Amino acid sequence: MAAELTRLTVHELAAAYRRGDTTPGAVADAYLARIAALEGRVGAYLTVTAEAARAAARAADDRFARRAPLGPLDGVPIALKDVLCTAGVPTTCGSRILESFVPPYDATVVSRLRRAGAVFLGKTNMDEFAMGSSTEHSAFKPTRNPWDLERVPGGSSGGSAAAVAGELAAAGLGTDTGGSVRQPAAFCGTVGLKPTYGRVSRYGLIAFASSLDQVGTFTRTVRDCALLLGAIAGADPCDSTSVDRPVPDYVAQLERGVAGLRIGVPREYFAEGLDPDVRSAVEEAVATLRGLGAATRDLSLPTTDHGIAVYYIIAPAEASSNLARYDGVKYGLRAPGGRDLVEMESRTRAAGFGAEVKRRIMLGTYALSAGYHEAYYGRAQKVRTLVRRDFDRAFAEVDLIVAPTTPGVAFRIGEKEDPLAMYLNDVFTVPSSLAGLPAVSVRCGFSRAGLPIGLQLIGKAFDEPTVLAAAHAYERATSWAERRPAIA
Amino acid sequence: MIHEVVIGLEVHAQLTTRSKLFCGCPTTFGAAPNTQTCPVCQGMPGTLPVINRRAVEHGVRAALALGCRINAACRFARKHYYYPDMPKNYQISQYEEPLAEDGALEVDLPGGGTTRVGIQRLHLEEDVGKLVHEGSLETAQASLVDFNRAGVPLMETVSRPDIRSPEEAAAFLRAFRAVLVDLGVCDGNMEEGSLRCDANISLRPRGAAALGTKVEIKNMNSFRNVQRALEHEAERQARVLDAGQRVVQETRLWDAERGVTRAMRSKEYAHDYRYFPEPDLVPLRLDPAWVEEIRRGLPELPRARRERFIAEHGLPPYDATVLTQSRALAEYFEATVREFPNPKAVSNWIMSELLRALPGDDERAIAASPVTPARLAGLLRLVEDGTISGKIAKDVFERMLRSGEDARAIVDREGLTQVADAAELAAVIERVLAENPKPIEDFRKGKAAAAKALVGLVMKATGGKANPGLVNRLLQEKLARM
Repeated sequence: MAAELTRLTVHELAAAYRRGDTTPGAVADAYLARIAALEGRVGAYLTVTAEAARAAARAADDRFARRAPLGPLDGVPIALKDVLCTAGVPTTCGSRILESFVPPYDATVVSRLRRAGAVFLGKTNMDEFAMGSSTEHSAFKPTRNPWDLERVPGGSSGGSAAAVAGELAAAGLGTDTGGSVRQPAAFCGTVGLKPTYGRVSRYGLIAFASSLDQVGTFTRTVRDCALLLGAIAGADPCDSTSVDRPVPDYVAQLERGVAGLRIGVPREYFAEGLDPDVRSAVEEAVATLRGLGAATRDLSLPTTDHGIAVYYIIAPAEASSNLARYDGVKYGLRAPGGRDLVEMESRTRAAGFGAEVKRRIMLGTYALSAGYHEAYYGRAQKVRTLVRRDFDRAFAEVDLIVAPTTPGVAFRIGEKEDPLAMYLNDVFTVPSSLAGLPAVSVRCGFSRAGLPIGLQLIGKAFDEPTVLAAAHAYERATSWAERRPAIA
Repeated sequence: MIHEVVIGLEVHAQLTTRSKLFCGCPTTFGAAPNTQTCPVCQGMPGTLPVINRRAVEHGVRAALALGCRINAACRFARKHYYYPDMPKNYQISQYEEPLAEDGALEVDLPGGGTTRVGIQRLHLEEDVGKLVHEGSLETAQASLVDFNRAGVPLMETVSRPDIRSPEEAAAFLRAFRAVLVDLGVCDGNMEEGSLRCDANISLRPRGAAALGTKVEIKNMNSFRNVQRALEHEAERQARVLDAGQRVVQETRLWDAERGVTRAMRSKEYAHDYRYFPEPDLVPLRLDPAWVEEIRRGLPELPRARRERFIAEHGLPPYDATVLTQSRALAEYFEATVREFPNPKAVSNWIMSELLRALPGDDERAIAASPVTPARLAGLLRLVEDGTISGKIAKDVFERMLRSGEDARAIVDREGLTQVADAAELAAVIERVLAENPKPIEDFRKGKAAAAKALVGLVMKATGGKANPGLVNRLLQEKLARM
């Protein structure tokens, strides 16, 4: 029975709690037992908050016993990427420099889920400061892909993706800057949503690139994704970039179907370098959507090729600024032995940051420095506008864009040592990030090696209902979601 | 060579908001270290700034009063440099798109006349914290950081290089301060750092159009020090130029104790600030209706008030300038005039007596004066109706300042009422004439001054209480009959 409990989706858990078939306490125990058994092999978590999880589950038990649950997320075990601040619980961002940092406050998404009754199992592993696409750049340990423990789960939110795929959490939160939710979702075969920029509060999300960062969700079904998004979305007075628009009932709009929906397929996403397994799976998915009544058509997003270049100017530029505060003065690591201020700060940053973070700080500092500012940062901003216009033009003619989430499937740990090869993994996720658009990755098949493949659905700004309804229709029309990783 | 001095000022004014620029922490001065902080103003990971509407309103008020153009959309930008008093190691400021641009301030010059100083730009930014060194900077084993001030709203105003002397610079600052205090956007307290000023100064041959090489002067913490520092720096640059050398573009610190400026090491100021638009704040779009509302709510400003004092109260320009140096003093004057409608008399009393005791630009001191406008009016009425003499009135004023009493109460208790009884005075005059034959002799010889001496003697004999006019008339009659 205990093993069965961790297979239930969030919706199934909520129904089971209401019927009294099981309790949040029993489910939390089942997850904690599974984490104890499997975590050593997967490495999804940096911190497991077993005691707090049991206490939260007991409180949920009481509410269900009194027939007064807080809602559909009450008692649901959730994993949080370690980039989200949690009051009283270490939040490391996968970095030595924040190894000892314990935030005095909750991120807005965390407090919203807490108020909804969610049970937090712990904080998940990630590439340091969310910089990476494999979770190999965590300062603490790599996370392994539950479908093949020799492979990466993707990144930077690899811990949350692996936790949800490996049934070490019923759902998870990650963050997506250039694909950090969608790419690991594709690699681990979960549903992974990056909402519209501004849809979800960033307050308490430790910033990597502020104009791109957005909190996203990992779930096993699109329905769960819609539920979780509804719980975390909405304007926040603590985040000026969160947008004051009503939050629709995403679950209620799931059944809209795709009949009559105009779907565009950008040809630039099927260029050379695309894994043939991914190509055929995505093409088949397009055919499935057409079979469901969607009008699919070929279209062009000519700036696609420039996405990575633009992203690797803007994101490091903002990162070089956001990470300036880690100087050993106020919190986190302070390296010993500095004889003066400058030495204390340089030693701290030298010891506290990993190679990839240092690389991006240097890239960003250079891009913003006098004499190069206009040539790099200024030019990148202009091209970013062109990328946005590409999508604007496309969305004048279609309601949705579908494409592969990644050029290939999960790669082997250690396989991509060249940073540039790693960066190119984000080639299909970066453009929609630059444009701030909502996009979801759903499972659309498996490679010949048995690794999941992700289908990406990109919508207009704030049109998550269409994105999710199409993803839901596709998920219902196929049976990909039924397969479970071998580790289970 | 005759040099012309060219000065531009950058003034940082702390805005009088209750909370900080980007979080809800209080801005009260002097609280225990780090008690007025939160995750946002400590720059904790994950925190985000949220703009304080009141700070923007204060900025707009000041900008409108200075005749600036308010930018319909402005942006904040990050200014980067590493210093431990700055929690994020960047300061949220404004760079390419400031709140307001292109204004001017008319400044009355001490020697008469006015000058118009252009305002190039006005923007908002957050203040930094404060480092406390155990012992001195050189000997301290550790430095402590107090973030109470970090995030307090500052308004930076940059003048155009329109100022032509250190004296003008001080006059500009006084006028600028008066405007801000009048608007209620800054308390103008330089000791507490509410108003800070940096200056750019260069010299050029008189009549030249091109500007010379400028030097930036920092660390001047009073108007007087601004003037002293600029005087010193102008002389230093003149010596350099007269010796055929070139002025080095640099930043120099004013050392008030030694009365000199010294060059900062280039390491101390050579920054590449790597500005870029603050991605955590959306561009600030000001509703024109809101700006209009603020414009309509602007109070009368010092210069307009000065003009009105000349026109409405018939005051000489000098009096009007003195009386409008602060709103508190102007209000004191008008409140007194309402009860004693002789503006020039009131002005004379304020300038010669009140301002001897209280600084006219100290709003709080003027507002709290023990001699209230009603009491001053009461005193002036006693002089006007002849109850006391002008000389006695000055003594009474001194007592009123000390005790806060009413003039009438002092006059009655001390028996200072003028002796206006002719019979009583005639008797005193008899006695004085009998005791002083010498002046009478002089008078008879035609020395008119002798009569004045006799008046003085009579006044002295009455303890100053005699009505001088009456004494004079009675004495003249007596002498004519002699």
